[in-house]
Amino acid sequence: MSYTFQFRDVFAAWQFLVQGLGTTIYLSLVAMVFGLTIGVAGAAGRLYGPRMLRSAVAIYVEVIRNTPLLVQLFIVFFGLPSLGLRLDARTAALISLTINLGAYAVEIVRAGLQAVPRSQIEAGDSLGLSGFQVFRYIVLLPSLKMMFPSLASQFILLMLATSITSQIAVPDLFHAASIIQSRTFRDFEVYTVIGVLYLSMALALRALFALVYELAFGQR
Amino acid sequence: MIREFGVIDLVYLVAAIRWTLLLTLAAFAGGSVVGLIIAIMRVSNFAILRAVAVWYIQVIQGTPLLVILFVFFFGVSIVGLPVLPWIAASLSFSLYASAFLGEIWRGALQAIPRTQWEAGGSLGLGFVEQLRYVIIPQAVRISIPPTVGFLVQLIKNTSLAATIGFVELTREGQLTTAATFQPFTVYVTVAFLYFLMCFPLTQWSRILERRFHVAG
Repeated sequence: MSYTFQFRDVFAAWQFLVQGLGTTIYLSLVAMVFGLTIGVAGAAGRLYGPRMLRSAVAIYVEVIRNTPLLVQLFIVFFGLPSLGLRLDARTAALISLTINLGAYAVEIVRAGLQAVPRSQIEAGDSLGLSGFQVFRYIVLLPSLKMMFPSLASQFILLMLATSITSQIAVPDLFHAASIIQSRTFRDFEVYTVIGVLYLSMALALRALFALVYELAFGQR
Repeated sequence: MIREFGVIDLVYLVAAIRWTLLLTLAAFAGGSVVGLIIAIMRVSNFAILRAVAVWYIQVIQGTPLLVILFVFFFGVSIVGLPVLPWIAASLSFSLYASAFLGEIWRGALQAIPRTQWEAGGSLGLGFVEQLRYVIIPQAVRISIPPTVGFLVQLIKNTSLAATIGFVELTREGQLTTAATFQPFTVYVTVAFLYFLMCFPLTQWSRILERRFHVAG
């Protein structure tokens, strides 16, 4: 092995890494918030909505979950302009990531809501709670505890998947790596460095979610 | 020269599916071997082996597949292998699959009650024999639905190989777009072809899961 590893050039371009990191975190956070919103609304529609809405949500979930994110991204960014909807790369990325996460979130939330036994809901009804109160206090809150671990892993997968948006030139962390690579030709080193950065973020997120879980559902 | 998206383009796209499936198969084969080892290490009696397996899974699951792919793409030349997209792709996808399969199969192995191990032990079976004759035959049944589910993830993720120039379905879509300049038609078609591969597997996984739950 005659290859000498040189990380110096990579770290010299740290501003790119920091900027990219910022974009990656921004994309992840926004997609998580809106994706989860779609997830809760979609799951409610899938379970309690009229027949049309139920089928619409089911089709949405199946179409998104059975096609690659990269292709979804290409459809939104390269395909929609031919239908007259031109989006900049960042918006296209946010829309694709949100729609993608939303589909997985619907399934997770739905499974959680469905796991609440019927008898609990009936108990709430018989106590004179309104439909909304039953949903909020008897169905949603207890099932949050069950959904949380799955949602947390899905969020981490999403954060890692934001790297795919570099393929439509969103200036995220992975894109920063390609810029540094083209300037320094230290390809192996730069991708190793961002690999470590992504891994640190994934581990940090995991620790954060574990802490939130402990605080929210720990001692009860 | 720009031409219309026609039947011939569709034929090319459909033909490119074989590379998507071949890459999936290679990754699944490689991932199964390593994944099984990782899963067994996770349930072994040696703390060090368990810790190594935990870290292996955490590191790979915590790194974007795209990064793994690029590290391999640029890294294979360092160890003297030729820089060919299919080598980098099949190696990195195998690695990726091994971590996820390892985790799925660990779950299946651990779902078997402790008493089954003890029963095997009291019959005089060693660790390997307990696994081989008592634990794995029961764990396989539990592991099939999530394994099929992971296969769907794997098929979809092979699309990332397009970024290093491996001509599978998505890359073929990019090439077709360059020739026809009809990105919407082409990528919707590509998405539809992925759907045709993945949806039956998703349904199958669901049916298996339901059957397993009913059976107990």
